Amino acid sequence: MKGYQEYFLRKLGWFLITFVFAFLLNFILPRMMPGDPVAVITQRVTQGMTSQTGVAKIYQEYSELFGTNKPMLEQFFLYVKNVSQGNFGISFSQYPRPVAEIIKSSIWWTVCLQFPAIIVGWLIGNTLGALAAYLKGGFDKVIMPVSIFVSNFPAFGMAIIMVVIFATTLKWFPISGGYGFDQIPNMSWTFVWSVIVHYQLPFWSIVLISIGGQAIGMRSMSIYELNADYVKYSRFLGINDRKIVGYVFRNAMLPQVTGLALSIGTMVGGALVAEIIFSYPGLGNTILKAVVGQDYPLISGVTLIITLMVLSANFIIEIIYGIIDPRIKATQAD
Amino acid sequence: MKNMLQQIFRSSKFLIGFTIFMTMLLTVIIYPLIVKDEPLAIIGQGTFFEPGIYVNVFDSINSTHYTLSLNDAAARRIASKLGDQERLDMKDWLLAFGIPENEIDIHDNTKLMELWVNNYDSKLALGMTSAKRNYYARLDKSLKGILGTEGVIIAIKNTETGLLEETNSIVQTDYVNIGQVSSIRILPLGTDNFGRDILTELVSATRTSLQIGFVAGIIATLIGLTLGLFAGYIGGLVDDVIMFITNLFTVIPGFVLLILISFSIGQEQRGAITVAVVIGFTSWVWTARAVRSQVVSLRNRDHVNLSKLSGHSIVHIILADILPYIASYVIMALILQISSGILAEAGLSILGLGPKTTEVPTLGLMMNWAMIYSAHVTGKWWAYIPVLVTIAMVSFSMNLMNTGLDQVFNPALRD
Repeated sequence: MKGYQEYFLRKLGWFLITFVFAFLLNFILPRMMPGDPVAVITQRVTQGMTSQTGVAKIYQEYSELFGTNKPMLEQFFLYVKNVSQGNFGISFSQYPRPVAEIIKSSIWWTVCLQFPAIIVGWLIGNTLGALAAYLKGGFDKVIMPVSIFVSNFPAFGMAIIMVVIFATTLKWFPISGGYGFDQIPNMSWTFVWSVIVHYQLPFWSIVLISIGGQAIGMRSMSIYELNADYVKYSRFLGINDRKIVGYVFRNAMLPQVTGLALSIGTMVGGALVAEIIFSYPGLGNTILKAVVGQDYPLISGVTLIITLMVLSANFIIEIIYGIIDPRIKATQAD
Repeated sequence: MKNMLQQIFRSSKFLIGFTIFMTMLLTVIIYPLIVKDEPLAIIGQGTFFEPGIYVNVFDSINSTHYTLSLNDAAARRIASKLGDQERLDMKDWLLAFGIPENEIDIHDNTKLMELWVNNYDSKLALGMTSAKRNYYARLDKSLKGILGTEGVIIAIKNTETGLLEETNSIVQTDYVNIGQVSSIRILPLGTDNFGRDILTELVSATRTSLQIGFVAGIIATLIGLTLGLFAGYIGGLVDDVIMFITNLFTVIPGFVLLILISFSIGQEQRGAITVAVVIGFTSWVWTARAVRSQVVSLRNRDHVNLSKLSGHSIVHIILADILPYIASYVIMALILQISSGILAEAGLSILGLGPKTTEVPTLGLMMNWAMIYSAHVTGKWWAYIPVLVTIAMVSFSMNLMNTGLDQVFNPALRD
């Protein structure tokens, strides 16, 4: 277990470092705005406001909230203290709801939509890619161009096409939302059914998008492995083809797991935009609302949470990779 | 070099991608030379005019009229107002009014209209919702005189007496030659929610988006290439530092940075080029990683060592002995960066963080407008399908070129 423990600790350390760095960026980037950030925010919030005392009050409130009248270091510690208590401030656009509460109400929609979809897309994509590499011929000739096309298609484009075909034209599924607009979230069957029905289109559009890229990657990895010397030698020895293919795909799979860890950030980004097309009640729509409402605390909170989500997903994949990669186990034998 | 180009153009994937891309590029360059309209000029009053040829009614009244006796003209005129659905709706009303079913023949125009004109009364509710009643009122109005054979009189109001003076009359067999009508506007893709010509807008948007892609791609590639070269060639501490930063930005999602920076810059300061620069600065990571690993494998080749022994400077070695070997790779990375830059702009614009909307359209902004005005729900396909197709074509053609190049330079991937 020693080899794995070391691997685990190294990955954990890396996770912490990246998080601290992301946290710093989240703190610094908005403060690098030219001029006084609070003045800029106040000006945006108070557009069209005529009451001078009101503007002054808002300015005072935000400079207190961000602590911009204090030195940078003190500001930073204030920010750390607030965030560690789960206090992201009060939303501008949905006043007086706290940012933490808005995030809490939307994050599960995103998590339950995106991660299953990405994993299912990854599995299907890898299977198709491996089959394309192994079967070659007609199957490959169809799968490859389609995969290239689909993988370069933006997730929101796929979302729109799904809406147009299955919601507005065929009317099989609802157009938008996370559940019927005539319902209140509860544990009844009608509500659960409504959630399931609303789940289908966003889910499959993300799945379809992630299939393409994975299939292409898996195909080239498998072709590479199929041409490797050990395969030729095994064939020469007369080992059953099925057995060889098993080895080939296990070997080709490992880089695909790493690939998933590296690309999960981009995938989540694309899927967040797709959520907007479906007006799904997740984080994508929260960002849109925050942008439209010039809601600075909400943007800052949501981006931090998304970063944390992506980093954790990344960490989990790395941990799983450590378990399935025989080379990491092998180090403990040394 | 010539040999290599020949080989590249023999790859069918590259060739298809290249043709699509060049066609788009040429369209973007040539179209504005022919159609000199402002891309954001609002020409239509109202939203989402359907694609088609718009003929000025006033001008066609005043141009020469030709008489054509076409047998199906009347039938078509009736069919355009009195479709199957309308006939069924009329039957419903008549039934509700109390006409026995066997008296209603919805396939006989004359009888049906006679029944309708004799019985329809817009004041009767007959237990219908007011939306339904309004629908019947509209239907009745559009059916007025549909079976008539008399023409229409065009008259001008005399400004002094206020009387109408006949100037022209039109009979049902009058035709105009479209070539003689002085004002016609072809809107191949209709208009958008603001009443702007979508085709002109789309061409301009494609150009801006390609510019954004190029700027973002070139910036990202330059940063990635420089960092990758230094990290790979110099190694040691420089490598460690650069790789630390690169690994950080690999896991910290780029679009989060994009959102934060774009939001911080603010709507007024965000021009198309600013957005492109921001995208460029957040997407260099992959190029840096790839270039570095290539350089590491090149670093100890004989010709590099020889160059080192000959006392060439680091810059010279990098430029003359390393860069040529990774050039193909860098070009492939650049192509992908351009395509992903265009997609990144589109994503940002849908979030409302795209370039400011008053100057130039971009593909993302057009998408954003179509979505805000729910074009996809109301079936106004011309507002978003052409945009989506353009985005898909740009990125598909670039990726085809990339795959083609990949197969030329990596023989293992060839079929």
